[in-house]
This record gives sequence, C-alpha cells and structure tokens, in this order.
Amino acid sequence: MKELSLNILDIAQNSIHAEASLVEILLTETEETLKLEIKDDGRGMSEEFLSRVTDPFSTTRTTRKVGLGLPLLKLAAEQTGGYMEITSRERALHPEDHGTEVTAFFYKNHLDFTPLGDVISTVVSLVQGSPEVDFLFLHEMPERTVRLDTREIREVLGDEVPLSSPDVLVWIRESLVEQYGDGE
Amino acid sequence: MKSLEELKAIRERMQNKVVLREGGAEKRIVVGMATCGIAAGARPVLNTFVEEIANRGLTGTVEVGQTGCIGMCRFEPIVEVFEGDQRVTYIYVDSAKAKEIVEKHIVGGQPIVEYTIGAAEK
Repeated sequence: MKELSLNILDIAQNSIHAEASLVEILLTETEETLKLEIKDDGRGMSEEFLSRVTDPFSTTRTTRKVGLGLPLLKLAAEQTGGYMEITSRERALHPEDHGTEVTAFFYKNHLDFTPLGDVISTVVSLVQGSPEVDFLFLHEMPERTVRLDTREIREVLGDEVPLSSPDVLVWIRESLVEQYGDGE
Repeated sequence: MKSLEELKAIRERMQNKVVLREGGAEKRIVVGMATCGIAAGARPVLNTFVEEIANRGLTGTVEVGQTGCIGMCRFEPIVEVFEGDQRVTYIYVDSAKAKEIVEKHIVGGQPIVEYTIGAAEK
C-alpha cells in the first residue's frame, strides 16, 4: 500500500464485515511515533483463528484462500521497527462485550515508514460504503486534534437522511479538511 | 469548525425531497474495495464516482456502492455497472476513466467497450 490510510480503509472493512455497529479509528502521533488503533464491537474471532490471522493464507474471503490485509499492515509497522498486535473477544463466548482491536505502532523517522496519506478520503469512503455503521475518528497530533463522530451527525440528521447522502459526505469531508487546517 | 447548523439545513433540504428507497435506482455502479482493489487505486475511483454522480444531480437515479474481492485481482481497480439485467465490467479504472464512464455510459447510455474486461481478454 502506498499510504497507511489505505491500510486503514482495508482493515476497517474487516470490522464492517464482522457486523460492527461502531468502528473506532484512533491515531496518536508524537514527533517520532504513530500509533494506529482500529477497534470494533463486531463478532470477534475465535482464539484459533486469531492465532493464524496474520498468516496470508488465512482469510474470511470466499473467492480465494489468501488474505493480505493484516499481513500488509503488520509488514508496514515492522519495517519501521514497530509492531502490530490484535486482541479479540468472540461474540459466542462474550455476548455482552465482544469485538476486535488491531493496534499498529510505527517509527515515523524510519526510512521505510509509509506516510499516512489521505485519511480524509478513507473516512469519507468508509461512511459512503457503510452508512448504517457508526465511526469515531480521532487523530491526536502534537499541535492539534481532529475528531469526527458519526453518532453526533446521525443525531442531527435523524433517521430519514442517510449518512451516505452526497451533501452529508461533503460536510464530513469539509469538516475534516477544516480541522486539519494548513498542516494537511 | 463546520457547524451542526449546516447539517440541520441539509436535513431540512432532504426532507423536502422524495427520499429514494434502497434499490430504487435505475443504474448501480459498484467499485471493488477489497485489499486488492484498494492497493490498485480504487479509493480515488470511488470518490470520483460519488462526486460526479452528486455534481450531475443523478443521486436519485444512480447508486454508487462498494464490494469485496471478485477474484480477478490482476484487473483491479474493477468497476461494474448494473442496469436491469445487464452488467458491464470495467477494468484498470482510474479517476479519468471514471469520469468518462459517467459521461458516456451512465449519462450517454453507451458503454465504453475498450475499457471492459471483454476487450482486454481478446
């Protein structure tokens, strides 16, 4: 992937596929490091599946038997000297408190750090594709914090206006562009 | 900071329109957005379709959707256009081709044969 924001788009699709109602995308940056967390309240994974999930030959995909989403994120983190870890609580065993959390840690000054890229387009693409799912996007940087919570947007819009309406997507994009200011 | 007042205005504007139900669109554009599609450049393609359809006022008649891997990763980004029981599969789509597909196929009604998978496999 040319941008980490593309990995984020890819991994967040796993959460949607796992029937999450809320997907949290948290980015925490210092001058030297970037932590990415993608948390969902979806159906989770069994311990057995979790143990082999970063193997490219593990996938939920039905068209072929190879999945590269998590292996690619793991590679992107490890090639900077960082790491990726996944925890998961399966719905069958934890009916009240289930879901998956993917954490990836990057050293930004490493030569092989993949730039974050266009996270705004990633958020807009996710909302466009899954307007019924809620997303919390929180990007903490040393100089500013950018935040978008579709639950707040949904509350204002009511039930009749889908979040995927073009005007709403434009509002979301402009809200993020404005919050990033000149730095992005 | 974008205000929630603007969102309220969007809601009021939309409530005055007849809201189109799911599946009511005449045409459906579907962009492959699995790992393979994303890595090959599907995100800007998707956003181009969303913007073009909105800018041309086609939101009610054309739906833009996303799908997973359809098993032909080497041709990504793949875009399928559905109309009735007709399906046209475009391959190696980029933003410029997406604009052209909207103009010639979606608006003009003429599929662009040279961008389809059929043309590539000849």
